[in-house]
Amino acid sequence: MKALREFVDKQKPHFEKGGRFEKLHATFEAFETFLFVPNTVTHSGAHIRDAIDMKRTMIIVVLALIPPLLFGIWNVGYQHFLSNSMAPDFWPMVGFGLLKVLPVIVVSYVTGLAIEFAFAQSRGHEVNEGFLVSGMLIPLVMPPDVPLWMVAVATAFAVVIGKEVFGGTGMNILNPALTARAFLFFAYPSEMSGDRVWIAEKADAYSGATPLGHLLVLDADNLPSMWSMFSGTIPGSIGETSTIAILIGAIILIATGVGSFRIMASVVAGGLAMGLLFNLWGANAYMDIPAYQHLIMGGFAFGTVYMATDPVSASQTNRGKLYYGFLIGFIAVLIRVFNPAYPEGMMLAILLMNVFASLIDHYVLQSNINKRLKRAKAVTA
Amino acid sequence: MTTVTKIKKGFDIKLIGEAEKTIKDLVTDQFAIKPTDFIGVFPKMLVKEGDLVKAGTPLFKDKYRDNIVFAAQVSGKVKEIKRGAKRVLLEIKIEADGKDEAIDFKAEDPKSLDREKVIKKLLDSGIWPFIRQRPYSVIANPADKPKAIFISTFDTAPLAPDYDLIVHGHGEEFQTGINALSKLTEGKIHLNIDANATHSKVFTNSKGVEINQFSGPHPTGNVGVQINKIDPINKGEVIWYLYPQDVLAIGRLFLTGKFDATRVIALTGSEVLRPAYYKTKIGAAITPLIKGNVSAAEKRFISGNVLTGTKIDLDSYLGFYHSQVTVIPEGNYYELFGWALPGLNKLSVSRSFPSFLFKNKKYRLDTNYHGGERAYVMTGEFEKVFPFDIYPMQLIKAIIVEDIDLMENLGIYEVDEEDFALCEVIDTSKTNIQEIVRKGLDLMRKEMS
Repeated sequence: MKALREFVDKQKPHFEKGGRFEKLHATFEAFETFLFVPNTVTHSGAHIRDAIDMKRTMIIVVLALIPPLLFGIWNVGYQHFLSNSMAPDFWPMVGFGLLKVLPVIVVSYVTGLAIEFAFAQSRGHEVNEGFLVSGMLIPLVMPPDVPLWMVAVATAFAVVIGKEVFGGTGMNILNPALTARAFLFFAYPSEMSGDRVWIAEKADAYSGATPLGHLLVLDADNLPSMWSMFSGTIPGSIGETSTIAILIGAIILIATGVGSFRIMASVVAGGLAMGLLFNLWGANAYMDIPAYQHLIMGGFAFGTVYMATDPVSASQTNRGKLYYGFLIGFIAVLIRVFNPAYPEGMMLAILLMNVFASLIDHYVLQSNINKRLKRAKAVTA
Repeated sequence: MTTVTKIKKGFDIKLIGEAEKTIKDLVTDQFAIKPTDFIGVFPKMLVKEGDLVKAGTPLFKDKYRDNIVFAAQVSGKVKEIKRGAKRVLLEIKIEADGKDEAIDFKAEDPKSLDREKVIKKLLDSGIWPFIRQRPYSVIANPADKPKAIFISTFDTAPLAPDYDLIVHGHGEEFQTGINALSKLTEGKIHLNIDANATHSKVFTNSKGVEINQFSGPHPTGNVGVQINKIDPINKGEVIWYLYPQDVLAIGRLFLTGKFDATRVIALTGSEVLRPAYYKTKIGAAITPLIKGNVSAAEKRFISGNVLTGTKIDLDSYLGFYHSQVTVIPEGNYYELFGWALPGLNKLSVSRSFPSFLFKNKKYRLDTNYHGGERAYVMTGEFEKVFPFDIYPMQLIKAIIVEDIDLMENLGIYEVDEEDFALCEVIDTSKTNIQEIVRKGLDLMRKEMS
């Protein structure tokens, strides 16, 4: 450790003002702080500080993404061999999955981090850790067969248009990972929807429809079993199929307090509420499916746990979070059942509520302000 | 009143180095008054180096409110007037002559005086600066009519002194001080006690006050929190507040006619070998306290507590409002993969470190930031340690963008920087929130005057 520190200290002057690589200061800082928590000490205000920092926070989210990632890798292989009527052992499936998933992850991280570093450099501030999470989220919401160049384009779009134009991490309005997915969804619909894309190198004869795909054509009879949908042995985007794996992630996020339990719970409540309303209505087969089934199909669980809870694009007040979450669940199910063009409503519901998040906060704040003004009036009256 | 105001939000930071409950005498002849302790005061010197002073001799006054004077706390010689960059007055050092001479302001029963006479006596004797006001936490304006006076008799900050111990046996002084204060307001004097820990009869038997009981973690002991729960400040209103030892000093002025700056302080912190209470005077040099009584590690000396105190040098002096000196280790070291390791000896209010499992463990914390400054990303954290009906993050952002109207609407008059100390501690983005809040308060004060 000491030798490493000495090495870093030796390189440091080159990257500081007046040094040879002054322009690469942000890059150096990012790597240095990755290795070492800096030695800076407090000078004003509180003399002691909490041990938590942005790296710790983000690494916990990445940790919570590992279960869906691992399951996704296996499932990509499993679905591929299933569609080709083969049933190999565990490891070949994982091997195939790795072959498909790893390149997507690498492309997402390399593209995104390169842009992040470039922006940090040009703006002269530190590299923010947020992309460690976005860079993992993007692959997990992609179909397994997505072309790599699309991943690169979508990531670049998400980081530049979704985040940096607003001023960078902490200032963005939309969830960057969902911005990437929405970009592909509208720019290359044939690669992002339909029955063809959800299984890697699928045999043509095999159906390959997701549960949502079945329901879109009001076919509730050919749905996979509840258990398959819950455990995730169904076609779909890489990381979203297994509700079990996502629940493990949710437990990590809630236990550490990094993910907002308020938002997760209210999204689920909103989804169930809309599902129950449709049950009462019961005009077609889609409306008749049990309300809870919405929670385990498609990207509902994944969106609830990892996307809706993004603290930057969500509502920031505790009360606002409840409205925000409820409306996401509510609208997601509404879009699913009503809109034939979009089989999955979760992505659009979250993006829509991202836009409305500040408005919700505005009204929550306004009620606090009104309370204060009323109190002042009562005194002067 | 038997109702207890229970406060749930907040956090008690448990540190090693609590003062042992014995009061020793601190022998020193070095004292100082630091004009930088007084927010918003522009000092105008009234003495020169070499002048002889008595306790109560005016040293300097506020240029813009020249009836507010700041007096010498001991008799002796003005040894040095220390200035810093741009000739800012830093310290007025006094070497005590040990004679304890004091100017006689006449012993009088405050009950027999009217408001003007009480105020004049407090101003002349240099005791007035003890009385401060909310909003802004500046020295009170004698012309104001405060709607109430608040005294918090307990401090919930880490390793804070126990006022029960400090006021023990000083009931008469305290009551006389209260009697004088009661002339200053037409409203109530709120004496706020800890429902579980305050037992001193000095507090509980006080007459002419309204006793309010509180229970809860830090910042429950902050007067700002107590005001917010009992009688929140609206725009244009003023509340005055003091600490218990200031009330004692006022009481002694009326009983003896002298400015008696005696103060009991707690010497605390993990680096102190024998933490204990010491009886001394305001502005005493800390060197004799520290000498031979601290560990060998590189240390941070703090006048006050770890949340709101002032960083001072080893040869510096106790702050005017402080009843505590804390010594903790400096944190100027690199830590390999510190953000990824389990971190068993680190304290975090969040549950991302194991510390939340060990509620009663005491920590030896240092001054390291534990990370770099970032944009605000996390939300809902501050709310857990901020027991006001105020949205902390939104108020902080309003201050950063200097939106006066929004700051006012979101309740800036009700808060002080010390109320945000815990928010600053737990901030994942490592921003200096107390500095931001101070800027906001200064800005409002300028706008409103």
